[in-house]
Amino acid sequence: MVQLLIYLAIALLIITVSQLARVFELAAELKGGHKNKPTERENRNNGRLWLVYLVAFFSFILWQLLNYGPRTLPEAASESGVKLDWLFNFNMIIIFIVFIITHILLFFFAFKYYGRDNNRATFFPHNNKLELIWTSVPAAVLAVIIFLGLKLWTEITTPADDTKSEVIEIYTKQFDFTARYAGKDNVLGKANYKLVIGANVLGLDSADVNGHDDKIVKGELHLPLNKEISFKIRSQDVIHSVYFPYHRAQMNSVPGMTTLIHFKPTITSADMRKRLKNDKFDYYILCNKICGTSHYAMKMLVVVDSPEEYAAWLAKQPEFLPATAKTAAITEPTAAEPKKEEKGM
Amino acid sequence: MDIHAVNDHHDAHADHEHHHEESFVSKYVFSMDHKTISRQFLITAVVMAVVGMMMSVMFRLQLAWPHEGFALTNFILGDKWAPKGVLDPNMYMALVTLHGTIMVFMVLTGGLSGTFSNLLIPYQIGARDMASGFLNMLSYWFFFASSLVMLLSCFIETGPASGGWTVYPPLSAVAEFMPGSGLGMTMWLVSMSLFIVSSLLGGLNYIITVINFRTKGMSMTRLPLTIWAFFITAILGVLSFPVLFSAALLLIFDRSFGTSFYLSDIIVNGAPLEQTGGSPILYQHLFWFLGHPEVYIILLPALGLASEIIAVNSRKPIFGYRAMIGSMLAIGFLSFIVWGHHMFITGMNPFLGSVFVFTTLLIAIPSAVKAFNYITTLWKGNIQFTPAMLFAIGLVSTFISGGVTGIILADSALDIPIHDTYFVVAHFHIVMGLSAILGMIGGVYHWFPKLFLRKMNKTMGYIHFWITFVCAYGVFFPMHFLGLAGVPRRYYTNSEVPMFDNLMDINVLITCFAIVGALGQLIFLFNFFYSIFRGEKAEQNPYNSNTLEWTTPMAHTHGNWPGALPVVHRWPYDYSKPGEEADFIPQTVPLRPGEVDGGGH
Repeated sequence: MVQLLIYLAIALLIITVSQLARVFELAAELKGGHKNKPTERENRNNGRLWLVYLVAFFSFILWQLLNYGPRTLPEAASESGVKLDWLFNFNMIIIFIVFIITHILLFFFAFKYYGRDNNRATFFPHNNKLELIWTSVPAAVLAVIIFLGLKLWTEITTPADDTKSEVIEIYTKQFDFTARYAGKDNVLGKANYKLVIGANVLGLDSADVNGHDDKIVKGELHLPLNKEISFKIRSQDVIHSVYFPYHRAQMNSVPGMTTLIHFKPTITSADMRKRLKNDKFDYYILCNKICGTSHYAMKMLVVVDSPEEYAAWLAKQPEFLPATAKTAAITEPTAAEPKKEEKGM
Repeated sequence: MDIHAVNDHHDAHADHEHHHEESFVSKYVFSMDHKTISRQFLITAVVMAVVGMMMSVMFRLQLAWPHEGFALTNFILGDKWAPKGVLDPNMYMALVTLHGTIMVFMVLTGGLSGTFSNLLIPYQIGARDMASGFLNMLSYWFFFASSLVMLLSCFIETGPASGGWTVYPPLSAVAEFMPGSGLGMTMWLVSMSLFIVSSLLGGLNYIITVINFRTKGMSMTRLPLTIWAFFITAILGVLSFPVLFSAALLLIFDRSFGTSFYLSDIIVNGAPLEQTGGSPILYQHLFWFLGHPEVYIILLPALGLASEIIAVNSRKPIFGYRAMIGSMLAIGFLSFIVWGHHMFITGMNPFLGSVFVFTTLLIAIPSAVKAFNYITTLWKGNIQFTPAMLFAIGLVSTFISGGVTGIILADSALDIPIHDTYFVVAHFHIVMGLSAILGMIGGVYHWFPKLFLRKMNKTMGYIHFWITFVCAYGVFFPMHFLGLAGVPRRYYTNSEVPMFDNLMDINVLITCFAIVGALGQLIFLFNFFYSIFRGEKAEQNPYNSNTLEWTTPMAHTHGNWPGALPVVHRWPYDYSKPGEEADFIPQTVPLRPGEVDGGGH
């Protein structure tokens, strides 16, 4: 019944609009307007509407800036993130200026030069000076944008020095993240996708001693404050994306290769809660590459600790192959065959 | 070989054929006439656009009111995909995927180029028809088959393809990864392969026709900008679509024949997949080698249409005609060397990323030139606000406001935190989706007299435009803020992540604008179909235009001009030329002694 009413309402709407349109046209014709060409009155009305639109559009944007602006991501919680935010704001100011100037010109000209019956347009086919200006000015501005952008890009993407960083692996699969800490030696042991069986969820190769002290953690990713974290990212099935919105970091995880990102967290979770006055605030990793049905629910809690809290937490996590249990290997001894195809970490 | 000899020969041929009575099938179904094929493309595209729009309304309802039931959703999708009207997550993914595919390929590539290249290339260059009417007919029927297969894939048990319109493997390559990666994905690939064939047949035809079939006096620098746009678009398509075909073909091999071009180190259902040694990144390179030129394949025709509409209705020459051609050539060339900006965070070498930052940001220069030239064309004009003109000005606005955010996204470092978020969705919908659809609708209003010999209702056109333009920004502008709040695209609901809890009202606002905008399109649909049959008869040159299509009689005659082909004496933009009585001088009017062509006076 409701549906029927909706359809009726829509049909009535169309009929009303079409009949109104006819009335308008007839009225215009009676006043001596030309059937095809817009009358001067129509031109004037549409011209005025452009002016109204200009004001309404800018007010709408201002309203959004005031209302939605505060709900965008808070200050960056990593060192590189702060630089990124600065550059973002710098570029945003430039494009906002361009946007506002061009829109004022566009909509204002549309209003000012609406067609009058006894008017004639000015023949103005080209002007080399003007064209030179609006080729070279954007080029100069873009040169600055490119220079600043590439400088930061190079800085962010230069691989971290693993000897001075905390090495952590992020392993993705449908639909969760798993972390592996490199342990005392700060070196991740080798892994092979063919060894992912039973409890060996990451396919660690027990023949590699570097992996024995590795710590596999699900559910929560803890990070130490003010230390460079070097992430090695792998995937088990499809392409996912490891997206740290608050740390302004992101990298896809791609089956068959290891991808890298690194950043230095600068605000602990507790500190961020205070700054935002929100007890329930948490950092997250989100999956940001379409990866299947439950893509929208693939996330991991991130906790940034002070160095002491971090050390205490990490000490509690079990090692992959504790020294006491080395003889009782979790996985079957590695066969000769997969070894050939081992991927170096 | 003398081209005009060929054309003259064609003349005789055309006269000869005048006496044939064509059957219904050869006239309306398997027609080789460019005007009929143009209308076939347009009607198909309108149908596909309605389908694509309905899909977006359904997933917008889900995003604004997650887990709530809607009778509309249930009515369209049935109990399996929308039990109690609540959209199924798999169907959500499928709708997002098909909405993208249909809009990008069926509506804005096939529909836009197919309709207007076919209609305007022969008309505006003064040709009897396309170089090959037969290939042109095939082009349409491949397009039709492609659209049909895409629609049919909605009716299979496992649902249509649902890996996003980019269908990245391994998600799209292994059926176990999601239901849509089964038969639905196969049908998607079949549909796209047919589409590529259609696009190549059409594109080759457009290129050959523009090069060889221009009438006497129609030099390349006397072509209307529409034709330049279609010409460059066709070249882009011919060079890039084969690469998409190779990407699709390798994906078909991986899916069906056990190869591993894109597959490596994958576990399916707890067991290692035998196929290994490939790279998913390879697919992305191949896909985006088409994917980026594709953006301009969509955009350039719309800009071309807008150039003509703005010049005619401002009653002024387009400002900087040669700069406009130069910009389009520059955009076309650059569009081939920027594809990597879609892949900054895929693990591609960062140095390669730097190169793509540089080339991508260069595109901003010719784009800026175009935008400023449009604005200057309005300056001191005598603007006639036909509905087409409103849409063309709308296009300039969205081209600018969507273009400037591209500067942020092209900057690899800044792309990191907003890649794949709603900021991107806002950017490409405004710059590509809105601009192209506004240009296309403007084109339909403007050339309706040539398409159907009748006129659309003007007042309904005004109402349609203002509703559309208000809702266009109402839908897409707030998405920038969602993106800056970190909301990833293609999430079935934002309710699973606590950090998005305070953004619900933004989604509600967007959906409300989307619904009103969609209802607004009903006005257009009514006006469109009503006017085809009952609209007022149009006269020959309703806008006092200079271009050749308005010199043809108001009837769809085979060969376009009943007598000899028109001869061109001047460029197409002599509007309001000083010293002339009328404010337009058709291209067929000879230059007066001492008169300089091409904007000199």
